[in-house]
Amino acid sequence: MNILQKSRAKSPWILHYDAGACNGCDIEILACLTPVYDIERFGMVNVGNPKHADVLLVTGTCNKRSARVLKNLYDQMPDPKVVVAVGACALSGGIFHECYNVLQGVDGTVPVDVYVPGCAARPEAIMEGVMMALEKMNQR
Amino acid sequence: MSNRTVIPFGPQHPVLPEPIQLKLELQDETVVSAIPHIGYVHRGIEKAAERMEYTQNVFLVERVCGICSFIHALCYCQAIEQLQNIEASPRAKYLRVIWSELHRLHSHHLWLGLFADAFGYESLFMQFWRNREMLMDIFDKTAGSRVIISTCAIGGTRRDISDVHLQEILDTLDEVEKQLDKTLPVILNDYTVKKRTVGIGKITREQALELGAAGPVLRANGVAQDMRQLGYAAYGELGFEPVTENDGDCYARAKVRARECYQSVELVRKAIRQLPDGEILTKPKGRPKGQVISRVEQPRGELLYFLSADGTNRLDRLRIRTPTFANVPPLVAMLPGCELADVPVIVLSIDPCISCTER
Repeated sequence: MNILQKSRAKSPWILHYDAGACNGCDIEILACLTPVYDIERFGMVNVGNPKHADVLLVTGTCNKRSARVLKNLYDQMPDPKVVVAVGACALSGGIFHECYNVLQGVDGTVPVDVYVPGCAARPEAIMEGVMMALEKMNQR
Repeated sequence: MSNRTVIPFGPQHPVLPEPIQLKLELQDETVVSAIPHIGYVHRGIEKAAERMEYTQNVFLVERVCGICSFIHALCYCQAIEQLQNIEASPRAKYLRVIWSELHRLHSHHLWLGLFADAFGYESLFMQFWRNREMLMDIFDKTAGSRVIISTCAIGGTRRDISDVHLQEILDTLDEVEKQLDKTLPVILNDYTVKKRTVGIGKITREQALELGAAGPVLRANGVAQDMRQLGYAAYGELGFEPVTENDGDCYARAKVRARECYQSVELVRKAIRQLPDGEILTKPKGRPKGQVISRVEQPRGELLYFLSADGTNRLDRLRIRTPTFANVPPLVAMLPGCELADVPVIVLSIDPCISCTER
C-alpha cells in the first residue's frame, strides 16, 4: 500500500445523495456523523461537493429525474471512487418496487460496490458498509 | 432586467438532506423570486396503495416519510377504523399518543439540529442530535427498530409497552428535558443566532392563512390551529393547548418548535401516568366501505388522508396531503427580498420533508 492509498483509507470523504428515499436511511446516515456513532473517528467527513468526495452514499429508490442527478454526481467524483447503496430501496426498490416511478435499485444507474440492507439501515451497518467499500477501493 | 442571475439551489445541496430544487433569481445578492422544482423523490405511493391490500398499506404509508412514520400509520389506521366502525381500545389509544409524541420530539430535535447547521452552528447540531439518540434508544427498546417502528395496526397497536420500559421512558424524558434546558437557550437567546433568525423570512398572519400554511409555520403567526385539538387517539382526555408565537419569522418558528418539545415531554408523561390496562388490539371485522377523511398533526403540520373503499380488500383511492406541500407556497412568499446567505435558513425554517410532499 503506497502512501496515497494509505492516507485515502484513513480519511475518506463522503458524499450523500438521496435519490428518492423516505428519509429513514438519510437520517441514519446523519446519525452516523453525530456524537454517539461519530464516524469522524475514522476520518470520515460528510462533504457537499462531489469533487472532494471518495465515497458516494446513495439512499432511496431511483427515479428517472433523480437518476440524472445521481449520474452527474458520480461522474464529477475523482477516481478512485466507490459507491455504497444504503437501504432496501437502493438495493432493489424495496417496498416501492411495484410503484410506477421507480427504477428498482440504483445499480442500473451507477456501479455499486457495497450493498447495505435494512429498512431503514442501521448506523452500524452503514459504517461497516463504508469500511468494506474502502477495502475495495484499496484493492483497485 | 439586465443584471439578474439565476442560481439553482439543490437538488444536491449540503444543507438539504433531500433533493428539491429552487431556482433563485438574484439581483446582486438579493433574491427576487424563487421557483421550486420537485419530482426527485416521487415514487407513486398513492397508486401503489390501490394495488396492495388495505392491511398491507399500513407498512406502505409508514414509508411515505421515515421521520414521522408512526404518525402516517396512525392517520391511515384511524381512517380504516372509521370505515369499519371499530374503535381502538383505551390502552391502544394512549400507546398511540406516547409513540406519536416521541416521534414529534425526535423530529423536532432533528429539525433544531439541522436548523443550527443551516446557519453554521455545527456544535449545536451535534448537541441536539446527541439528545435525539436517547429517544432513538427508546424506539429501539419498545419497537425493535430505530426509525420505522411499525407499531401501529388497524384496530390498535401491534406491540405493548411493558412497565419496565415505561419507567425507562420516564427516566429518559427527565434526562432529555435536562439537556433541552441546557441547549435550547442557545438557540433562543444567543446573539449570533438571533442575528440570523429574527426578522428573517417573515410573512404576515394574513399571508399565512391565505397561502394555506400548516403546523408550526402557521402557529408562528399566532393562529392556534393544531389537529391534536380534534382529540383523536387520547389527546381529548389529556388536555391540550396549541403553542403559538406572533412574529412569523424564522425565530418564531424555532421558538414554536422549541416550546413544543417541552409540550411533547409533558404529554408523554401524562399519557404514561393515565395509561389504562387492557387489550391493545381490537380485531377488525369485514372490509372497509365508503369514503372518509382522517386528519392528524404531524411534527410539520396537518396531515390529511382521504380514503375511498368499495368493500373489497383493496382501496379505490388513497389521497395523502402532507404539511410540507401546504408550506411550499408560504416558502415561496418568504424568499423574495432576502439575502442569498439566508436562503438555507429560510428553507429549513418550514422543516421541509420532500419525501412526504412528493410521495
